[in-house]
Amino acid sequence: MLGILVLLAIAAASVWAIVDNAKLYFTTLLNALTLASLYFLVASGFTLVFGLMRNVNLAHGSLYLFGAYIGWMVGDRSGSWVLAVLAGFLSAAIVGLVLQLLVFRHMQGQDLRQTLVTIGVSIVLADVMLWIWGAEIYTFDPPGWIYGSTALPLVQKFPTYRIAVFVMAVAIGLALWWFLARTRVGMMIRAGVDDRGMLAASGVDVQKVFALTFAIGAGLAGLAGVVGGSALSISPGEDTRYLLASLVVVIVGGMGSVGGAAIGALLIGLAEQFGLAYAPTYSVVFTFVIMVLALAFKPRGLMGRAA
Amino acid sequence: MSAARWRRAMNTGAARTSHLPATKGRANVRLVGLPPHPVVVPGDSRGRRTLALLVTPRYLVVLIALLVYPLIASPFFTYQIGAQSLGLGLIALSLTFLGGYGGMVSLAQMTVAGIAGYLVAIFGTSSAAAISLGWAWPVAVLFAVAIATLAATAIGWLSVRTEGIYTIMITLAIGVAFFYLAQQNYTLFNGFQGFNKVFAPSIGGLDFREAVPFYYLALGCALAGYFLVRLLVRAPFGLALQGIRDNPRRMNSLGFAVTAHRVAAYAVAGLMAAIGGVLMVWYNNRISPGTLNTGAMINILIIAVLGGMRHPIGAFLGAIVFVLLQNFAIDLVDRERFNLVIGGVFLAIVLFSPDGLLGLWALVRARLGRGRPLHSNPRRQRS
Repeated sequence: MLGILVLLAIAAASVWAIVDNAKLYFTTLLNALTLASLYFLVASGFTLVFGLMRNVNLAHGSLYLFGAYIGWMVGDRSGSWVLAVLAGFLSAAIVGLVLQLLVFRHMQGQDLRQTLVTIGVSIVLADVMLWIWGAEIYTFDPPGWIYGSTALPLVQKFPTYRIAVFVMAVAIGLALWWFLARTRVGMMIRAGVDDRGMLAASGVDVQKVFALTFAIGAGLAGLAGVVGGSALSISPGEDTRYLLASLVVVIVGGMGSVGGAAIGALLIGLAEQFGLAYAPTYSVVFTFVIMVLALAFKPRGLMGRAA
Repeated sequence: MSAARWRRAMNTGAARTSHLPATKGRANVRLVGLPPHPVVVPGDSRGRRTLALLVTPRYLVVLIALLVYPLIASPFFTYQIGAQSLGLGLIALSLTFLGGYGGMVSLAQMTVAGIAGYLVAIFGTSSAAAISLGWAWPVAVLFAVAIATLAATAIGWLSVRTEGIYTIMITLAIGVAFFYLAQQNYTLFNGFQGFNKVFAPSIGGLDFREAVPFYYLALGCALAGYFLVRLLVRAPFGLALQGIRDNPRRMNSLGFAVTAHRVAAYAVAGLMAAIGGVLMVWYNNRISPGTLNTGAMINILIIAVLGGMRHPIGAFLGAIVFVLLQNFAIDLVDRERFNLVIGGVFLAIVLFSPDGLLGLWALVRARLGRGRPLHSNPRRQRS
C-alpha cells in the first residue's frame, strides 16, 4: 500500500519533470545510471566479501583508490586504457589477498576487531597514497572508440564513455552472476555463504575459497577505481566517498547479495543524481532518507536474509 | 589471541566491575535479582560504600594533580593539551559507555558533538550574523545540548534495529551523510566555511576564553561525565544494559525492554557527546564540516580504543596520548605524516593489545608480579 503510494508520487513527479524539461530529466536519468553502475562495481565486491566471510572490510574504499592510482600509472606508461583497467584489478586484488592472509585469516569471527583493523589499515593506506601520489587530481584518457559523445534520442548528446560504463557494469554483473551460479568455484562460494562449516566438512579447502573471494572482491574495487577514475577523476578523499557509497548501497540492498547490491546501487544513484539536479543543497538527504526507510521497514536490506 | 578471549576483553571485562561472577550464563540470571548496588560489604552503609568505591586514595592523588596542573603548566599545555584532551576525552567517553557497556560501537558520536557545536553557533553569536540568532549563551547551550541529545536518541533508535557490525556501518553512514549535509547546505550550516568567532562566554569576572578558566570548565564537565558513567554502570539501568550486551535474547525473555535500554544508552551517551561538542566549539572558536568529517569520527574511535574501552578512564588516557601525538609527532616526522603515525599506533594497539593502554598496563603489572592478569583478578576490576 505504502509502496504503491510512493511509486505513484514518484511517477507523478516524473511526469511533471518530463513535461517541464524533458532533456534535463533524461540526462539526469542517464547520469544516474552511470553513477549506479560505478556504485554497483564497488559495492558488489564489498557485499561478496561480507556475504561469504562476514568480514567487514572498511579498507574497501582504499582499495578503490589504490587500484585507480596503479591503473593510472600503468595507463600513463603504456598508453593503454585496457591495460590500466587490468592493472587496477590485479593490484587491488593482490593487496586484498595480502590483507586476507595477514589479517583476516587470523581474526575469523572477531567482527569488531576486524573492523578496527581495517579502519587502521585504511588510515595508513590513505596517508601512504597521499605521500606517494600527492594531492593532485588525476584523470584518465579512455580509448578513442568510447571517447567523445553519442547522439541519443531525447538527450541530444551524451558522453559515450558513460554509456560504456553502464554496459560494463551490466556485463560484469552478469559475469558475476554466471560465475556464482554456474561455475564450480561459484557454487563453493555460495555454499560457503550458506553454511561455512558444512562446506569445510565436505572436503573443500575453505581458506582457498576465502582467499579467492577476497581477491575478487578487492579486485572489483580496483577495477571500479580505474573505470570510475576515467568517468570522473581520482584524488585523495575518493576512498571515503566510495566506502560510504558501498556501505549505503549494501545496507539498502542487503548484505551479501549481489542482486541486492545492484538494486541498492540503482536506488542510491537515482536519488543522488536527481537530488543534485532538482534540489542541490539537499541531495544527500535523499540518500539518507532511502537508507532510513530501508532500515525502518527491512532492517536486513531489500534483498537481505536473516544471518 | 583467541576469539573468545577477545570478545571477553572487549565486552565482559566491564561487566565484572559489578562484581558478578565471571561465568557468563549464571551472571545474567543472578543479575536480575540483585539490588542496585551488588557490592556486599558487611556492616557498611550504602552511601558510604558508593563513596568509598568512587573515591580511593588513588583518586585523590589524580584529582589533586588535575587541579594543580594548570598552576604549574604553561598556558599552551593547559589549553592545547589539557583542555583539548578533556573535551575530546568526554566525547570518547560517550563511545566507551556505548561500546564498552552497551556493546554498540557507534561512529556517530562525533556527529552528535558536531550537531551540538553547530547549534551553539546557530543559536548564539558567530561571524555569520545572517544565520546566528544571537540568543544569550545559557539558552543557546541548553537548546543545543537538548536538540543534540534528541538527535543522538534518533540515531540510536535507527541503529539499534541492527546489531554488532551493522551498527558501525550504519552510524558511519549517518555521520558521513550529516557531514555532506553540513558541507552542502548554506542556509543553515553555512556550507564549507561553517561558523567562526564562536567564543566561550564570560561569567562575572571569569572569562572562559582564557586558558586556565576554560581548563577548569572542561575538567568539571569531564569529571561529571566520568562519575556519571561510573555510577550509571552500577545502577539497575547500567546492569541491565550490560546484561543486554552479553545476551540480548535472554534479557528479552526475562522481561527487559531491550530496545528501550539501548536507545536510552544512546541518549545518555548523546548527552555526554553534546556537552563535549560544546566544549570543543568553544575551544576551537569555530566549527566547520571539517570538525565532523570521517577522519574526526574515526579519531574518536581511535581515542576510545587506544585508551581501552574496559574502563571509563581509558577514554581520557587515549585522548591525552592522541593530543600529545598530534602536537609532538610533528617533531619526529613530517607534519604531513601525522595520520601515518596515529594510524600505525592505532593498528599496533588493535593488533597486539585489544584492551588498549589499560590492557598494556595490566599486562605490565602482571609481568612484574604485582597483580594477576586482567581476566582473573577481582581486585583489579574494582579500580
